[in-house]
Amino acid sequence: MRDVVVIGAGMTKFGELWGKSIKDIFVEAALKAIEDAGVKQIDSMYVGAMSSGLFVGQEHLGAVMGDYLGVTPIPATHVESACASGGVSFRQAYLEVASGASDIVLAGGVEKMTDGADVTEALATAADQEYEVYQGVTFPGLYAMIAHAHMKEFGTTRKQLAAVAVKNHRNGAKNPNAQFRSEITIDQVLNATMVSDPFGLLDCSPVSDGAAAVIVTTMEIAKKLKKKPIKVIASAQASDTIALHSRPSITTIGSVVNAAKKAYKMAGLKPSDIDLCEVHDCFTIAEIVVSEDLGFFKKGEGGKAAEKGLTAIGGKIPINTSGGLKSKGHPVGATGIAQIIELYEQLNGKAGDRQVKGARIGMAQNMGGSGASCVIHILEGGK
Amino acid sequence: MITARYHREVPQRYRLEAGKCTKCGYVAFPPRLVCPKCNTKKFKPIVLKDEGKIITYTVIRVGPDKFSKETPYAIGIIELNDKLRLTAQIAGVVDFDKLKIGQKVKLVFRKIQDDGKAGIHMYGYKAVLA
Ligand SMILES: CC(C)(COP(=O)(O)OP(=O)(O)OC[C@H]1O[C@@H](n2cnc3c(N)ncnc32)[C@H](O)[C@@H]1OP(=O)(O)O)[C@@H](O)C(=O)NCCC(=O)NCCS
Ligand SMILES: [Zn+2]
Repeated sequence: MRDVVVIGAGMTKFGELWGKSIKDIFVEAALKAIEDAGVKQIDSMYVGAMSSGLFVGQEHLGAVMGDYLGVTPIPATHVESACASGGVSFRQAYLEVASGASDIVLAGGVEKMTDGADVTEALATAADQEYEVYQGVTFPGLYAMIAHAHMKEFGTTRKQLAAVAVKNHRNGAKNPNAQFRSEITIDQVLNATMVSDPFGLLDCSPVSDGAAAVIVTTMEIAKKLKKKPIKVIASAQASDTIALHSRPSITTIGSVVNAAKKAYKMAGLKPSDIDLCEVHDCFTIAEIVVSEDLGFFKKGEGGKAAEKGLTAIGGKIPINTSGGLKSKGHPVGATGIAQIIELYEQLNGKAGDRQVKGARIGMAQNMGGSGASCVIHILEGGK
Repeated sequence: MITARYHREVPQRYRLEAGKCTKCGYVAFPPRLVCPKCNTKKFKPIVLKDEGKIITYTVIRVGPDKFSKETPYAIGIIELNDKLRLTAQIAGVVDFDKLKIGQKVKLVFRKIQDDGKAGIHMYGYKAVLA
């Protein structure tokens, strides 16, 4: 396998982009990435999207985006893995370059969620349609059930959940591409309208439009282009049962544990070697559980760690410096790529007010459904 | 929902029919073709126990459009006495604040949804506090 590096990135602002279509936003992000990389052509492209069929009635997204990006006849492939579609798109591009099949590949992700679909119902298709969704479960509902189980088992409190949202809004306020650039308080989180107990509105990631893209290539080409290479030192993916109720534990996400084990092994690193981590905080509890399952904190201590500020910029392990899904926004298919972009900026020392000083190793954890898919990447910046 | 799709699930939704792996005892609900624990392809049909307890739950206050009439509603993961877990609404709860993990429940036959366009009532199991 060849070494693979990221040499360019581009994204739209995340939010309610009513004036732009799904094609407009994808092409905008892809053009920015191509320009940033300084490449003249790409050999292949991937489009991560969860459900453009339900959100905007358009499938065959690889072909649609290849056409509008003006790159036909290169291979253009749509990949779907629910909310992990972006991360899996990146992994496919990584594998295609690593294998030697292509030299320069675009990995993108997009979702257009505000075009009028029943978003709650569309998102729920990432769970078991016949045995979870039929009964009336929603996505906030699934993670809320994880939260109640975590609270009962480890004494995690709503205030600890709220600390995650407050920290992510504080980071997102410094991110020009974020959907919500406002700081919030613990009291605002605790007193927000309830969505699914124990979650209020501010425990949830929002409904968003957005697109993101990166260019991956070989170390040799990066050198020729005089680019500071950001190297992919681990790419790992794992799965778990589709239904939350089929898992032996409700408070551990098996796919995260398994993908993390592979990723650490591939990179030859341990949790304490990671300088910053973007995690899939679709709901506040998700960040807490994942921060434990990635090995940053002992099982059950994630809530306390968030409350103590250990995951803030300047803390033991800065998590979601971009603002995370909570504040940056969560156009599902774009999220996994946007996480890679945050690492790319941080490792290039270009994250502005959000910069983690001396950041050299970054991790991105993206998951789909209630955790039935998880994909993890570790990136290393130059010295 | 198309009638065929609904009809296929009737043995599970109406009668809690499951499959038990003849080699390792894994209970598959709904029945499966291959055991995820031991890869055996032989199952014997069983019927699940209808009593169990709440493993975790939530109260859904923002629901999908088709559940708008009954929102808010409680839903949970129920562990039946034969250790099989499933997701079901917890019906007839008067005070959501009194719901607790560990409470005993019984599964009952109830209407789950209406298919407005086709005019079909769709049934299945819900849990009620025992
Ligand atoms: C939480 C949720 C149900 C709220 O949706 P809603 O009730 O329709 O809320 P509205 O769109 O009416 O928004 C009300 C206000 O809150 C704001 N808002 C909405 N969601 C917000 C969020 N998550 N965080 C902060 N503010 C939010 C809106 O901007 C709006 O503000 P305004 O009145 O100033 O314009 C919805 O955002 C949701 O379903 N989120 C989860 C998405 C999800 O499941 N993703 C997949 C995860 S795996
Ligand atoms: Zn078996």
